[in-house]
Amino acid sequence: MGRDRGVSLPRWVFVPAVIGATFVVLPLIAIITKVDWSHFGDLITSDSSRAALWLSLRTSAASTVLCVAIGVPMALVLARTSFPGQRLLRSLVLLPLVLPPVVGGLALLYTFGRRGLLGHVLEVMNIQIAFSTIAVVMAQTFVALPFLVVSLEGSLRTAGHRYEVVAATLGASPSTVFRRITLPLVMPGLLAGAVLSFARALGEFGATITFAGSLQGVTRTLPLEIYLQREEDPNAAVALSLVLVVVAVLVIGLARPERARL
Amino acid sequence: MLASRFRNAILTALAAVVVAASLAGCGSDKSKSARTTTLTVYAASSLTGTFTELGSKFEAAHAGVKVSFSFGGSSDLVTQIEQGAPADVFASADAGNMDKLTAEHLDGRTPKNFASNTLEIVTPPDNPAHISSFADLAKKGVDLVICAAEVPCGSAAQAVASNAGINLAPVSEEESVKDVLAKVTSGEADAGLVYVTDVKAAGATVKGITFPEASTAVNTYPITTVKGSKNLTLATEFVELVLSSTGQTVLADAGFAQP
Repeated sequence: MGRDRGVSLPRWVFVPAVIGATFVVLPLIAIITKVDWSHFGDLITSDSSRAALWLSLRTSAASTVLCVAIGVPMALVLARTSFPGQRLLRSLVLLPLVLPPVVGGLALLYTFGRRGLLGHVLEVMNIQIAFSTIAVVMAQTFVALPFLVVSLEGSLRTAGHRYEVVAATLGASPSTVFRRITLPLVMPGLLAGAVLSFARALGEFGATITFAGSLQGVTRTLPLEIYLQREEDPNAAVALSLVLVVVAVLVIGLARPERARL
Repeated sequence: MLASRFRNAILTALAAVVVAASLAGCGSDKSKSARTTTLTVYAASSLTGTFTELGSKFEAAHAGVKVSFSFGGSSDLVTQIEQGAPADVFASADAGNMDKLTAEHLDGRTPKNFASNTLEIVTPPDNPAHISSFADLAKKGVDLVICAAEVPCGSAAQAVASNAGINLAPVSEEESVKDVLAKVTSGEADAGLVYVTDVKAAGATVKGITFPEASTAVNTYPITTVKGSKNLTLATEFVELVLSSTGQTVLADAGFAQP
């Protein structure tokens, strides 16, 4: 849209922009040149590879659903209310964005682990989280949640609340306003946030390996499988990396039209 | 107005870069005048404690020499050396990874074995699952963590299990022996299989249980100088130190056995 108005960019902008793009794209090309194409099919369809891919897709989908379920209310509270300590709370909620994932994994371990803060309560209830697929979903949700909250809160603030105020004065209940006005208005932001969360969950490594462990079909997601294969069979690691890149590109591609509408 | 402020900012930044560069220049001049030689040793991460100690001994005996270590998984180190990392000495945690480093990267000499390591059962200090033998690891309800078969400690665990005719059903197969230890020290796992030296290094945070079946899978550590080393004499001397009685004492104190 902006381009059509004929405001041209200063020419020097293109030099760092091209350097930046090369910096990102060149390693991707390097990975493609390393792929052993004659065995590519065998490498990505082995039992362990398929188990890892399937587990990654399932857990990332579950984490995204969780992120939406708890992230939408969080973004609403942060964007539409004001209370003492809100600024601090926002910073804390967004912390996993900048925290090394391994630290997130340790924090989860000290909370939900057998000897963690809630460990005793969970044991009484006969729930064991460590080494289960649930632990993977929790680790992914922990690191992906801020992506949804940030992008949705931004959309909520940009959309403003004029329409919501009008609807409320016309007698709509808060729930009706949320369902009929707020949600449709911020839908592109919500979808973009959900896609970002999914992508982040798909790439999650540090928190998962620290908190959930690594077992084929149960906790060994695609990034963990790549890290492990790199030890013994670098060709398999490269092939799986390419699969992860392709899935990530597809996911971002799906989100693209929605974002353009913003 | 705005433009001139912008220009000022750029000039300030440039000045900062120039100052920083000249400071860095000073730094390298200083090190040159002291004439230090750096010997770079690539070693398996299980050697971190012992080799750091041997490094200080080596520096004390060789004035002007600094020993710089890169510790990591043996296979990672092999990959890095193959990609041209400037290693003078390489010490691997198993023969397999040393073999991977083809003759083209060694200087024609046969690697020498300098230590060996066996597996030991590790549990939290209170041993909640009451493990006392290797067979206990296969009991129902025991949360066992071992290394994945792709890494040396995992292939050793598989070998011990199949030699003993016991079927292990771990809840997690970790990428490294350190990850296994972490799952046990945090109390998440009831038991793990790690090396004797790891148990010794972990001290009171864990309880170690030796078992006779471990002797069926012994990991041997080879060491060699690397082809293209600019400090071949020093590199050879370091290898000799590791093989000497001084080196062997340090290794034995950490729990390593003779090769």
